[in-house]
Amino acid sequence: MTERFNEQLNEWKKQVEKTNERFPERKEQFVNKSDIEIDPLYFPKEDQVDEEYSEKIGFPGQYPYTRGIQPSMYRNRFWTMRQYAGFGSAEETNKRFRYLLEQGQTGLSVAFDLPTQIGYDSDDSMSEGEVGKVGVAIDSLEDMETLLKGIPLDQVSTSMTINAPASVLLCMYIAVAEKQGVPKEKVTGTIQNDILKEYIARGTYIYPPKPSMRLITNIFEYCANEVPKFNTISISGYHIREAGSTAVQEVAFTLANGMAYVDAAIESGLEVDQFAPRLAFFFNAHNNFFEEAAKFRAARRIWAKMMKEKYKAQNEKSWRLRFHTQTGGSTLTAQQPDNNIVRVALQALSAVLGGTQSLHTNSRDEALALPTEESARIALRTQQIIAHESGVADTVDPLAGSYYVEQMTDEIEKEVMAYIDRIEEMGGAVQAVEEGYMQREIHQAAYETQKKIESQEEVIVGMNEFKIEEEVHEDLLRVDEQLEQNQVKQVQNVRDQRNQPQVDEQLNKLKEAAQKSHENLMPYILDCVKSYATVGEICHVLRDEFGEYTGM
Amino acid sequence: MERKIRVLIAKPGLDGHDRGALIIAQALRDHGMEVIYTGLRQSPAQIAQAAIQEDVDVVGLSSLSGGHKTLFPKVVEALKEKDAEDIPVIGGGVIPDEDIAYLLEQGVQKIFTPGTPTTETVDFIKSCVSGDSNE
Repeated sequence: MTERFNEQLNEWKKQVEKTNERFPERKEQFVNKSDIEIDPLYFPKEDQVDEEYSEKIGFPGQYPYTRGIQPSMYRNRFWTMRQYAGFGSAEETNKRFRYLLEQGQTGLSVAFDLPTQIGYDSDDSMSEGEVGKVGVAIDSLEDMETLLKGIPLDQVSTSMTINAPASVLLCMYIAVAEKQGVPKEKVTGTIQNDILKEYIARGTYIYPPKPSMRLITNIFEYCANEVPKFNTISISGYHIREAGSTAVQEVAFTLANGMAYVDAAIESGLEVDQFAPRLAFFFNAHNNFFEEAAKFRAARRIWAKMMKEKYKAQNEKSWRLRFHTQTGGSTLTAQQPDNNIVRVALQALSAVLGGTQSLHTNSRDEALALPTEESARIALRTQQIIAHESGVADTVDPLAGSYYVEQMTDEIEKEVMAYIDRIEEMGGAVQAVEEGYMQREIHQAAYETQKKIESQEEVIVGMNEFKIEEEVHEDLLRVDEQLEQNQVKQVQNVRDQRNQPQVDEQLNKLKEAAQKSHENLMPYILDCVKSYATVGEICHVLRDEFGEYTGM
Repeated sequence: MERKIRVLIAKPGLDGHDRGALIIAQALRDHGMEVIYTGLRQSPAQIAQAAIQEDVDVVGLSSLSGGHKTLFPKVVEALKEKDAEDIPVIGGGVIPDEDIAYLLEQGVQKIFTPGTPTTETVDFIKSCVSGDSNE
């Protein structure tokens, strides 16, 4: 029995050595304030080892990755601190990005406004009132050039929360990088590109599921060959949770969606190991601390098993569930907003102890408006305090071996698998989404939560208990109402100045390509973008060919 | 038999956050009302049209995207254009306190902010319909 354990242990030691050669540990020696040395990893003594440990828990960097995807995790490098930001114009958002980078943030994360996310230009009648509100307005390549001005795209990785038009925005990013002299083989980042959760929970869909899945697999294929360092999808449980699901449902529906993408890509002719290493995940972190930490551990183990056993992936990178975490927006209260700082700290800690690869911490004022610069800074500082002051990053997976956490991890896995089996029986996630199954489950959970809060069975500090008379919160970020008009003018200027026959020609080629189901649309979209065709124009061509999804 | 109170719950604009709208819809149903939910991405004109067609007593709007200052007054306006200004409009979502006065001025009857118990909304709608809302 200890033979397997010793093999794993030796393998882990070798992996650590190898990692340390590439990325030396953050410190020569890790000690606490009492001068007690901290080991990279704590594990059972040889006489306490059982088969279950080797099977279910194992070592970090090894299948099934319960303890983390890298052998020594944050001993070498902290998670990426990646704050989601964007509002108003490209110019304003560019300023916020540079500010965040100066403050020690290590990656960018772009929030787009709703018209961009749903494929409408700023001057479309559908966009009225929404331009620049929840993110930055991007109409054409010109806006993208402004957004990324002065940011070296060979050094900074960028995450873009864009789904239905992900192909368009990715092409714009590639085009800007090329203008900076950075070839597309070198750019790094992530597009969300997860349409299934849009139908389920987030609402920024454009086309029906089938052509949407085609666009996604087109991106997988194109990037595998041309943009190999870009994460082609971020399969997201975040919004499922925000819509009201439980932690178990969050993992179950996300992994079921993940399986649907894998199935679609395989069906389109790709080999699993061609694209699976570039799949990334995105989870939420809510308040129940141990449940959340266990959730992340369980998710890793389930995905690893799935990829290895069901999909027969050979490449270990295909087994590893890499994920971004954002703290829970829906847990923030509009009442006594400073209390939210504490909620965010607890949630962020659960994500770190759960082994996240990158993290966004919400700002205290987000139940009221987009964050001010000061609130955004406090949110980033919260991560920095966890990283540099708490010491939790000095040893890998410190919660392992806790009776509570291990059992919770097992139980979450079991419950998740029950959901996944059920969805498989229904014919997979696409089918389940079309039948509204996940939507109903989430709504039911959301309503139960609401009733518990109203009956005070669930206490929300400052909201349904420990209340005070509130003052009006005046220090909120306001998006300039003038912005919409400026943006409208700007996109019209672009249309006036570009080479129109060339735009028409590129859009026409895209249309023809869209009619042939085997054609990869990415090169056509890239040409459209480079000719300064707008997001709305490109999406309208595809709307005409693919139709629109109209909801349940 | 007494006619049930009919409410249209609508999502104006492009915002996709419908957790609140769905919860309100369910809570109103649980309190015996008939609720029609429009689904996402409705224009003010579509919402007004639906309100008239469904013969509702109240229109409830939900927006979490910051578009409320443009979109809510447009719904009030659209109802007026169709001679249906007697249908009261209420709203909720991520709406800063300082915007509330403006929205009320524009003819929205009431704004419910995050953390409002659903029973408060139920009571308000009942008082609207029985005609004693303008205290």
